[in-house]
Amino acid sequence: MRKNVGLKVFTGLVFAFLLVPLLIIIVTSFGTNSTIQFPIKGFTLDWYGKVFSNEAFMDSFFLSLKVAFIATLLALIIGVPAAYSLARHKVFGRNWIKSFFLSPTIVPGLVVGYAMYQFIVIKFQFPIIQGLLLGHFLICLPYVIRVVGSTIEQLDFSIEEVSWTLGCTKLQTFIKVVLPNITSGIFASFMLAFINSFNNIPVSQFLSGPGVTMLPTSLMNYIEYNYDPSVSALSVVLMLGTIVLMFIIEKTLGLASIS
Amino acid sequence: MSYVELKDIRVSYDNKADILKDLNLSIEKGELVSLLGPSGCGKTTTLRVIAGLIEPNDGEFVVDNKNLTKVPVHKREFGMVFQSYALFPHLTIKENVAFGLKLRKEKKQTIEKKVNDILAITGLEELSNRYPKQLSGGQRQRVALARALVIEPKLLLLDEPLSNLDAKLRLQMRIEIKRIQSQLGITSVFVTHDQEECFSISDKVAVMNKGVIEQFDTPEEIYKNPKTEFVARFIGFENFFKLAPTEDWKYKAVDGTVFESTRQWGPAKRTGTIRPDDIEISEGTEPNANNAVSGKVKVRTFLGKSYQYEVETPIGTLLANKADDVIYQVGDIVTLSIPAHKLIIV
Repeated sequence: MRKNVGLKVFTGLVFAFLLVPLLIIIVTSFGTNSTIQFPIKGFTLDWYGKVFSNEAFMDSFFLSLKVAFIATLLALIIGVPAAYSLARHKVFGRNWIKSFFLSPTIVPGLVVGYAMYQFIVIKFQFPIIQGLLLGHFLICLPYVIRVVGSTIEQLDFSIEEVSWTLGCTKLQTFIKVVLPNITSGIFASFMLAFINSFNNIPVSQFLSGPGVTMLPTSLMNYIEYNYDPSVSALSVVLMLGTIVLMFIIEKTLGLASIS
Repeated sequence: MSYVELKDIRVSYDNKADILKDLNLSIEKGELVSLLGPSGCGKTTTLRVIAGLIEPNDGEFVVDNKNLTKVPVHKREFGMVFQSYALFPHLTIKENVAFGLKLRKEKKQTIEKKVNDILAITGLEELSNRYPKQLSGGQRQRVALARALVIEPKLLLLDEPLSNLDAKLRLQMRIEIKRIQSQLGITSVFVTHDQEECFSISDKVAVMNKGVIEQFDTPEEIYKNPKTEFVARFIGFENFFKLAPTEDWKYKAVDGTVFESTRQWGPAKRTGTIRPDDIEISEGTEPNANNAVSGKVKVRTFLGKSYQYEVETPIGTLLANKADDVIYQVGDIVTLSIPAHKLIIV
């Protein structure tokens, strides 16, 4: 293979552009300055202590985690059979439904959040936690249906037919043959949906209420009044969490199977 | 009553044109029957009706005196081999083969024994712990066959099982399938579009066209005595010419040449046909001879063991093959003789 120096330099620049800000955040989280400054003057782990002792951070972190986890799980329970049905049966207006499930990823988050606010909070007056779960469930569902749907479409339909001829009912076939062969799609959609729910600001903002704050909201609230490195420390903790998650997926499935 | 009976089966999708039109087929116990035809003739649809994957709009399907028309696919207990093999990617070869037996809640030792037996018959013992993607095409084919056979099905259904294999392996596998099928004495239906494959493996062949069985006979009978023009064309008869019957059981072609046949044909039969191999070529013309026409060589094609000549005659363009002992040139005048015992009228 011919070595292209120009391409190498360009690739290096792109990576630098993407990674240097993250490096700076990591470095600042260890700084002794009282505001976020780079370069740092001294080294300390205090900001990490401050993050873990900050009740508002911890509460909203666990709330975001819980909401994202339960909403993603619900989306899988509803979304996997729905995706199967869309892929295998002649559903009326199938393509229309598929595009519809893509729409939350195209419509601006603010619009989605406002629409949910109108219905979930104003019209039906859901309790806050249930409202948040419903909202995040709706954010997660498209990812499940799209990703799992495309995995099912790649699955040879005749393995299901063969399973029927061997004596499986349609439900048994779904459990014994279809599910084991779409685990990579299920994992991928779980990851995507979970991260999107966890990071989502507009829907969380619109649907939360007194005493219920999601992590992005509490982070933003904090930055508004305090510009200290505990925000950097929290970001590093979240990065670490993501890295661990990615590592587990790489070890069990291989990242290539997701993209 | 035969072991398997399809009676007046009609299938149409969305009430459009019928895919199968009042199809009737009887299969005796232990026979291997092939459904042969071009793509779109309804052969795979017929197999899927038998398997229970398609419910016919009309008609009855009976096996062993039991009406199975409304019985769902998972209760029919037929083994099926798909064109794509359809092995379960997440299971090992052994688990693939044991899949059907485990559903039947048989004892562990019984399952173990049956699986090992069938793996031995199909020559797969050494591969039993591998996964499908680690196997070659021919090996996958055998796993698919073993998986279908191990449940001791009342019927074995094969949907173009050899079409994804290369030529050499295909030859080997079809001998293998025939061996296993007759060893186990299992009634089988085999779908194919390959004439040679079908003739070599089948006890009986149903040639299908546009949702209808044109002829159902032994391979020899179909090869020697096609009953319709479609069947004749499909199995390699390339010369067709119009004939009009005369009163003395002879036939007259459009130019007045008289044709005789050693057999008697039905009154509706008006087209003479013969294989290019069965025509005899000689030099020059032979006016007023029966069963012979003269014409000019238009095209000569080298076929390896022989040459094929395209000859323009008064009854149409005919193809004739001749070994290379005498070679004619394009433009030569030759006489084509059609032996009375080789002439088929459809």
